[in-house]
Amino acid sequence: MGCAVCQDMLEVDAIVDGWGADDEFVIEMLQGVQGRFRYLPQAALERISERTGADMGRLYHIATFFKAFSLEPRGEIAIQVCTGTACHVQGSARVLDAFSRELDVKPGKSTSDLKFSLDGVRCLGCCGLAPVVTIGSELIGGVDSSKVARLLKKHGRSAAGSTRKTAKAGAEEGANA
Amino acid sequence: MPRATLDNLDALREQAEQGHAAYRAMLMVCAGTGCVSAKSLPIRDLLREEIDRRGLGSAIKVVATGCNGFCAHGPICVVEPEGVFYERLVASAVPELIESHFVKGKPLEKFLYRKNGKERPIPLEKDIEFFAKQQCLALRNRGKIDPEDIADAIRAGAYRGIHKILEQGTEGDAIVAQIIRSGIRGRGGGGFPTGLKWKTCLEAAQRRAVRPFVVCNADEGDPGAFMDRSIVEADPHAVLEGMLIGARAVGATEGFVYIRLEYPLALERLRKAIAEARAWGLLGKGILGTDMEFDVRIHQGAGAFVCGESTALMASMEGRPGEPRAKYVHTVEYGYRNQPTVLNNVETWANIPQIILRGPEWFASIGTGDVSESPWSGSSGTKVFSLVGNVRNSGLVEVPMGITLREIVFDIGGGIPDGRTFKAVQTGGPSGGCLPASKLDLPVDFDTLVEAGSMMGSGGMIVMDDRTCMVDVARYFVDFLCDESCGKCTPCREGLVNLREVLTRITRGEGRESDLNLLEDLGAVLADGSLCGLGQTAANPVLSTLRNFREEYEAHIHDRRCPAGICKELVRYSIAFECTGCGACVKVCPTNAIAGEPKNLHLIDEVLCIKCGTCMDVCTFDAVKVR
Repeated sequence: MGCAVCQDMLEVDAIVDGWGADDEFVIEMLQGVQGRFRYLPQAALERISERTGADMGRLYHIATFFKAFSLEPRGEIAIQVCTGTACHVQGSARVLDAFSRELDVKPGKSTSDLKFSLDGVRCLGCCGLAPVVTIGSELIGGVDSSKVARLLKKHGRSAAGSTRKTAKAGAEEGANA
Repeated sequence: MPRATLDNLDALREQAEQGHAAYRAMLMVCAGTGCVSAKSLPIRDLLREEIDRRGLGSAIKVVATGCNGFCAHGPICVVEPEGVFYERLVASAVPELIESHFVKGKPLEKFLYRKNGKERPIPLEKDIEFFAKQQCLALRNRGKIDPEDIADAIRAGAYRGIHKILEQGTEGDAIVAQIIRSGIRGRGGGGFPTGLKWKTCLEAAQRRAVRPFVVCNADEGDPGAFMDRSIVEADPHAVLEGMLIGARAVGATEGFVYIRLEYPLALERLRKAIAEARAWGLLGKGILGTDMEFDVRIHQGAGAFVCGESTALMASMEGRPGEPRAKYVHTVEYGYRNQPTVLNNVETWANIPQIILRGPEWFASIGTGDVSESPWSGSSGTKVFSLVGNVRNSGLVEVPMGITLREIVFDIGGGIPDGRTFKAVQTGGPSGGCLPASKLDLPVDFDTLVEAGSMMGSGGMIVMDDRTCMVDVARYFVDFLCDESCGKCTPCREGLVNLREVLTRITRGEGRESDLNLLEDLGAVLADGSLCGLGQTAANPVLSTLRNFREEYEAHIHDRRCPAGICKELVRYSIAFECTGCGACVKVCPTNAIAGEPKNLHLIDEVLCIKCGTCMDVCTFDAVKVR
C-alpha cells in the first residue's frame, strides 16, 4: 500500500461512498470522518466537498455549528460528564470540576498527550443514574467528585493530585458568605 | 424469513405465540441503557449459562428487553409469566437465583424490591408502588418483548394496526378523521393535535399534487428527558408501524427518523428493526402483500438542541446547518425538500397503532376533557414522563393525563429521599418552568401546566429538594440555552447572554436591586422578538422561578446569601461535631485544606478550601456542612 495520506483519503472516500456521495448526507459523512480521525482534517473536508459538491463554506458552517465536530484533534479517550438537569441538581458541576482538576485540562479541551478529552455534555438520557459520566464507551452512573481520581486511574492515568491553587481565590470571596 | 401478508400475519403471530408458550418461564433481563451500564448484559449471559448447565434450556428462556423504566434499581430481571421482580442483581448471585426460583420454587428474597429498601419484600412487579398507578400505552411492550426480534414484536401484536387499515381498505381522510377523534396531541411538548396536522398535510399534498414525507423526531434534546430513547430501545416496531399508518394517511412513500447522536443503542436497535421489517415485507414495496409502498431511512443528528425544532430539523436533514427559519409557512405544507411533511415525536408515533387498533373512542376515554367536538378541548391518552432528580424512585413512568403532580412525585416516585423536603418540580425542559409545592395538586395535562406557568414539554420531570438553589437552576437553563442558541436572531443570541450575565452576577452575590426588573424585561423581549420556540420560551425558567421563588433571588441580592448552600461564591464549608475523625476527607481534599488528629474533630482551612465539595461526597457521617 502507498503512503499514509493516500490511505486516509481512501478511508474518507469509503465513508463518502457509504452515503452514496449524496450531499444531503454530508452531516453523516462528517460524523464518519470525526469518528475515524477524532477530528475533521481540512484535507478530508476538501475531499468531501469535491466528491459531493457541497461547498467548503457550508461544510465549515456545519463543522462549527454542531457539537459533535471538532477541527482540532480530540483525545483518544473521550470523557463526557453529563450536565443534564437531573445530573446538575445532583452535583455534576462538581464532578466536571474534579475531572478538570485531575486532568489539568479545561472542559472542551484535550490533554497535551492527546490521551483524554474532557467535555461537559448535554443530557445523555440516563437520568435515573445521575450523575452520569462516560469514559470511552463505558457509561458510569452515580459518580461523585471523590470517585474521579480512581476512575482515571482505572483508565491508565496516575493520579495527578493537582494542588495548584485555582485562579479563583475562592477563599477570600468565601469570607462574605 | 417469512414475508408477512394480509392473510398470514395472524398465523405468524400464533406461531410466535406457540414458540413462546413452549417455555415454562421467561427471564426478562432489562437491556436498556441504564441497566446495561449497571452491567446487566454479563448477568444475561450468566443466566443463560446457568440454565443450560442445569439442562433447563428448553423450559426457561432468557430475553434481553428494552428499558423496564425503573432505572434506579437496575440491573433488573422480571420472571414472566408470574411477574416476579428482581432488582440490583449481581453476577455472583445468578446460580443461587436459578436454584431458589426454579428448583426450589421460591423467589430469592435478597433481590426482591423493598419499599425504602427495608420493609417487607414485594415480589410482584404489579404490586410495587412505582408501577401500580401506571398505565402503559406507548410503553405497552416495555420489558415484555425482545426489541431486536421482529417475530417477538409480532407476537405482541405489532403491525396489527396497519394490517387492519390495509385489510379494510381505509383511505387517508378516514384515517385522519380517526386520529382527530382520538384527540391525541403532540407528545413532543407543544400539544398540537396530531390529526389536524395530518389533515393539513394531506390537503396540501392533494392541492399541490406532490408526495409528502413523514418524519419521526427522535432528537430528544431536553435535558432530563429520556422517554423517546426508551421507547425506541424497547419497542422500535411500534414507532415504525405508527409511521406506516401516517404514511398511508397522507400518501407518503418515504419516511425518515431523525435521531440524536447521543443514543447509540437506540440507533442500533432502530437500524435492526428497519432491516427486519424490510425483510419481512413490512417496509419497502408491496407492504403486507398489497400495493402500498413505504420505506424509512435514518438521519443522525450531530449534537444541536435546536434541531428538535421542525424547520431546523429539516434543514439538518437536507445536509445544512440546523438553523430555524421563520414559520410564516409551516413545515407541514412546505417542509423537507419543500414538500408537505408530517413531523411527529417518537411517543406520538408509538401511540398511533393502538388508536387504530382499539378505536379512537377508547383512546379519548383516557385522560381529561371532552375531545368529541375538538382535540383542543382536552388532553386524551397517557403521557410518558422521566421522573428524575431528588426523588426516591426515579425512572420512566407512563400515566393517564389528569393525574396530579403529587401522585406522580409522592405515590409513584415515593417522595424525596434522605429525609429532605420537596421544593419544586421542573417540567417542560428549558421551555418550561419550576412549580412549587402549592401547585402539587394540579392535574397534569397540556393546558393546566401552561396556565400554571410551565408546560408539558416532552416529559422531563425533575424533582428538586431543599438543597436546590432556584437561582442556580434558572442560570443552569439559561446557560444551556446560551450554548444551544443557533445565533441566527438577535433577541435570542444577545438576550440570553445578557440573562446569563445578570443571573451569574446574582449567584456571585453581586446582584443589584434593579436586576429583578431587568430579568423580567429581558424575558419579555425574548418572548416577543425571537424567531423560533427556543428563544420565545427561553426566559420561562427564569420567569417561573422569579414568580414562585422570589425570596431566593432576594436572599442572594439583599443578604448575599444562598439559602440552599449551592452558589459557590456565597457559601463556606465547615466540619461539624458529627465528625468521627476517620480521615476520609483528608485523603481526597485536592488542596490539603483539611487537617485533624485521627479520631478527633477535623477542621477546614478556609484560605486553602476551593469549595469543590469532595469532602462532603466522601463523608459518611454528614459532618461536612455548607452554609
